[in-house]
Amino acid sequence: MVGVKTTTSMDKTETEQNVASTELPHVQLEKSPMPESGILLGWLRQMLLIREFEVRTMQAYQNRLIGGFCHVYIGQEAVAVGSIAAVNPDDPVVLAYRCHGHALARGMDPKHCMAEMFGRIGGCAKGKGGSMHMFDAPHHLYGGHGIVGAQTPLGTGLAFATKYEDEVLQDGKSSHVTLCYLGDGAINQGAFYEAMNLAGLYDLPVIFVLENNRYSMGTAIERGTTMANELHTKSEAHGINHAIVDGKDVVSMYQSFKSIADWCREESRPFFVEAQTYRYKGHSMSDPRKYRTREEETREEELDCIDRLEKLLCDEHGLTRDGIKQMSRQVKTQVREAVEWAKKSPETPMDELYKDVYVDHWGLFTGTSKPQMMQGEDE
Amino acid sequence: MSERIIEYRDALCEAMSEEMRDDKKVFLLGEEVAQYNGAYKISKGMLDEFGPRRVIDTPISESGFSGMAIGAAMRGLRPIVEFMSWSFSLVAADPILNNAAKMLYMSGGQFGCPIVFRGNDGAGGQLGSTHSWCVESLYANVPGLKMAIPYDAYDAKGMLKTAIRDDNPVFFLESERLLSTTGHVPVEEYTVPFGQALVRRQGTDCTIISFGRPLHFCQEAAEELAKEGIACEIIDGRTIRPLDIDTMVASVRKTNTCVVVDQSWSFASVGSEIASQIHRYCFDDLDNFVHRVHSDDVPTPYASNLEQAYLPNTRKICEAVRAATYNS
Repeated sequence: MVGVKTTTSMDKTETEQNVASTELPHVQLEKSPMPESGILLGWLRQMLLIREFEVRTMQAYQNRLIGGFCHVYIGQEAVAVGSIAAVNPDDPVVLAYRCHGHALARGMDPKHCMAEMFGRIGGCAKGKGGSMHMFDAPHHLYGGHGIVGAQTPLGTGLAFATKYEDEVLQDGKSSHVTLCYLGDGAINQGAFYEAMNLAGLYDLPVIFVLENNRYSMGTAIERGTTMANELHTKSEAHGINHAIVDGKDVVSMYQSFKSIADWCREESRPFFVEAQTYRYKGHSMSDPRKYRTREEETREEELDCIDRLEKLLCDEHGLTRDGIKQMSRQVKTQVREAVEWAKKSPETPMDELYKDVYVDHWGLFTGTSKPQMMQGEDE
Repeated sequence: MSERIIEYRDALCEAMSEEMRDDKKVFLLGEEVAQYNGAYKISKGMLDEFGPRRVIDTPISESGFSGMAIGAAMRGLRPIVEFMSWSFSLVAADPILNNAAKMLYMSGGQFGCPIVFRGNDGAGGQLGSTHSWCVESLYANVPGLKMAIPYDAYDAKGMLKTAIRDDNPVFFLESERLLSTTGHVPVEEYTVPFGQALVRRQGTDCTIISFGRPLHFCQEAAEELAKEGIACEIIDGRTIRPLDIDTMVASVRKTNTCVVVDQSWSFASVGSEIASQIHRYCFDDLDNFVHRVHSDDVPTPYASNLEQAYLPNTRKICEAVRAATYNS
């Protein structure tokens, strides 16, 4: 498999717990096989859904249905779709604030995602989180998080928890893997280095997925990050193996991540994957993108992840242009319905203000309740 | 209940060990908690009993291991995070305030955070300014967390057990200067509920409200003032969130004067909050404004004489009570 280096498992005895490895031996991982057409079609649909969702998100933002900060995922869809497809539905996922795409790829109904941004009771977090904070417990999505890099210790902790559950509570073998996404801006946060060190030290099955879109807000990676072309050095310093994956190719993403996830699950070890991608739009809705050229953007968009999968499906799997159009229409309808649903969802009632601060009732605090998507009250 | 006198630190150890025996979801992590037996010997023997999977040495990495523990708590595990000193929690401010305290709210009730952060708070004795933080006023400002400050061995055990069983994040503030104090701790199972202040001394002339280590000086002051004919009632607030203002108000309605003793700095503090609430609820009962005793409004000095002068002490409390009761 191209670009994958990995350690062998370290079989530690009980007395060797918390003793870190001192070297990083290399093992070749084979790419997983190409999935069947139906799977590929599913990914195309997911990527189309995310893109359409984000287009409508931008519109809604312009129409002031969405407030605050809002970061869209257009251009990077293959990263979320390909990597999430490679893990099990009960493997934890945690990430930063550009989180709508991952939520949808994970299975969140778009109407709850949109309603969250509209600040309505039908939102995944009852309108209390907003665009940057998509949480979905039934789909094991542990949030979009707003402080750059802060999600990386959380991801380490989710992996710690699954390992603890599997080994201490169940007295079995560690059998989960956590996906923890971060942007290239988070590379320079101290929390990430602490998270990697702990993951390496405690043999935690977490994949740090670096979505390298080359800009942390308006700062090109070379302007903010040392060793910008050899980011694997950051993980190697913590005894963590790495891979570099074409983040604009959903098939390659899946094939690499499947092998890596299986290995992490089997060996109970972390991994660092740099998915090379590009965000087509600004950092947030207010970004005029003066820090890069339109030529660069055009060049990057020519390698669009959706175009590439469509071409593969048409060339090798018998998909027709009509078939794509039909799928696009279905997705547009689904997103339009999500927007309408979100508009109709009532404003979050005032009694929610003092809910969910504490689990229990005391003082002004009125305990907690689950969002609609967990109550079976969707319709 | 059978009489048994043990140290505050051993009471903490008993609380953790008993809860870990009862619930495998509970585990302890922090710097030097395992092989070293705890920087302050609070976790002595726990590695031997529970093994390295449940008593976990961490590197010096407060932001990382706090965040890691919070991630684990999001899945329903119940971590106890030991800060060698709450002073070191400042580098973990983002995870403990942004993640632990707000997770339930920001996730719309989906993910709670049943976690205990515990360790030494306040001046340990000539540790210099960076190691002498009293974090209660800083952190009490943040909704979503609970905050408990046990004063004696009985409360140390009973309140820590309550903290570990609580489904919310609890900031548990111990004191290095109290660890070796001894007190009655029953052999029998018990817990101390949050939000219930304790009247540690009955009196009719002045209510003194405090938390944690300064209560020692409050008691010394009360003894001294008793010789002058001033009978102080001492309220140990025990928890700051929730705050048992009712017990405090009931006392002030009896004594008509109040002194709040808070070891953190005065500006925008726990002391100023309590004073504000007493002024509000006892507006017609007070014979004087609420007097306050804090650490002086400067970084904690190293020199022993300066540090003693800086902290809330018996002299300052006596002066405040005399002033509040028009005896100065």
